[in-house]
Amino acid sequence: MAMLEVKDLNVYYGMIHAIKDVSFEVNEGEIIALIGANGAGKTTILHTISGLIAPKTGHILFENKDLTKIPAHKVVSLGMAQVPEGRRVFSQMSVLQNLKMGAYTRDDKSEIEATLEMVYKRFPRLEERKNQPAGTLSGGEQQMLAMGRALMSHPKIILMDEPSMGLSPILVNEIFDIIRSVNESGTTVLLVEQNAKKALMIADRAYVLETGHIASSGDAKELMNDDSIRKAYLGE
Amino acid sequence: MTFLNYLISGISLGSVYAIIALGYTMVYGIAKMLNFAHGDVIMVGAYTVFVAMSSSGLPALPAILLSMVVCTVLGVVIERVAYRPLRGAGSPLAVLITAIGVSYLLQNLALLIFGSNTKSFSTVVPLSPLKLADGRITISGETIVTILASIVIVVGLSLFINRTRPGQAMLAVSEDQGAAKLMGINVNGTIALTFAIGSSLAAIAGVLLCSAYPSLTPYTGSMPGIKAFVAAVFGGIGSIPGAMIGGILLGIIEIFGKAYISSQMADAIVFAVLIVVLLVKPTGILGKPIREKV
Ligand SMILES: Nc1ncnc2c1ncn2[C@@H]1O[C@H](COP(=O)(O)OP(=O)(O)OP(=O)(O)O)[C@@H](O)[C@H]1O
Ligand SMILES: [Mg+2]
Repeated sequence: MAMLEVKDLNVYYGMIHAIKDVSFEVNEGEIIALIGANGAGKTTILHTISGLIAPKTGHILFENKDLTKIPAHKVVSLGMAQVPEGRRVFSQMSVLQNLKMGAYTRDDKSEIEATLEMVYKRFPRLEERKNQPAGTLSGGEQQMLAMGRALMSHPKIILMDEPSMGLSPILVNEIFDIIRSVNESGTTVLLVEQNAKKALMIADRAYVLETGHIASSGDAKELMNDDSIRKAYLGE
Repeated sequence: MTFLNYLISGISLGSVYAIIALGYTMVYGIAKMLNFAHGDVIMVGAYTVFVAMSSSGLPALPAILLSMVVCTVLGVVIERVAYRPLRGAGSPLAVLITAIGVSYLLQNLALLIFGSNTKSFSTVVPLSPLKLADGRITISGETIVTILASIVIVVGLSLFINRTRPGQAMLAVSEDQGAAKLMGINVNGTIALTFAIGSSLAAIAGVLLCSAYPSLTPYTGSMPGIKAFVAAVFGGIGSIPGAMIGGILLGIIEIFGKAYISSQMADAIVFAVLIVVLLVKPTGILGKPIREKV
């Protein structure tokens, strides 16, 4: 039984049919990569899963609950967090306030403190800058904050939308190391990336999205060796 | 000494504008809309106190509390019925026009219920005036209460927003509704809370306004509402301290304009000053510079 199951999803923006009969699943403990070119529909899928966009048809089952029937703000407390495209940190609020927003749905103060310690340990830079307005952080720091903020809800699954976007090569490696270690500590990961090579390297399985539909899928290592994938997405 | 007297009455009037401006600025900051019916909620609040005190014989304090409850409910109902269905879907202009419609609706309902004659509002402040400097400076009880109330409200609101969970949720919603939802924040609920707070402040403003200027008609809230909107823009719309500063400056400019230049021209002077300020600083005195998102 998959942890997250997307079934026959169709999403429209007005007349534009952005997501066409998309189905995929994520099992507990996996890292699943969702790769595809600009405008393929990756962000749309993540937004639909989190409830920011309503699908026209289809189901999204998370631990057997149909997310399409649950309002967006109730999704976090089920154990699902998202690191949105472009970070979207609350720029006027401090780093610490941002992290606390991540734990908005949690009640237990001492458990929140413990998670905060864990996030600070993973991202020491955030602790150094905890009182700084998030808008004044560098791009890489904002990405770390967006990840830390998502971790603050103590999610079972974390959806990440292009976490490596706009970062220097060194930072990209650092971010992918963090994704791997978040996964190793027990969090399932659904990773949307344009950096297909890096994504396939850490993923267990992957789905390739082409203009709104799944063009191919399978074991990440096998996809990496697939000639057409290498040509289209790995630039070889 | 007349200068000081004018200054004090300017601050007093400005404090009322500030309390109204807070409602405008909070709703704008969080729901990104101009609630032009806000001024008329003030009028409803004043009529509620009037009826409660003169017809039902309620003492001032319970009457004010009742008025706050009535306005809070009214604000939440207006948001739920008139604005929420348009949010997200329609254009911002549709919401603006709806707000103007709600404003007229409230005025016409008041006209229907209370008629157009002016009701003389009796003050809710039992304090006698304070005389300073051998009686050359007089500070009325209403002035003292109004200024104190505005300070307490601004400090209270700032603490609420910076120190409490719902306050932080408001900040988050004001920045990014989608990201706020991803945090588990109920955006509709947060916006409703904002309307509730703004409208209960409008009730307080209505009572203070009518205690200082005791004539009440269905149009009582209209002009102060517009001026408070100007004050909110003046101070930097979306900013709570900005609303306070904008309101008080506006009150002072209005009273000085009346006293020293021309009582007919006072309102024009107020708007002229606004235009100058916006030319120099388009986001208002404390407004945040508009930043491009990366
Ligand atoms: N709000 C919107 N209104 C209309 N069309 C939209 C909207 N958002 C996205 N689209 C369209 O839907 C398609 C999928 O967009 P989406 O943002 O999901 O792509 P993506 O795979 O995330 O791309 P990128 O890699 O550039 O982030 C695109 O053709 C886009 O133009
Ligand atoms: Mg995208």
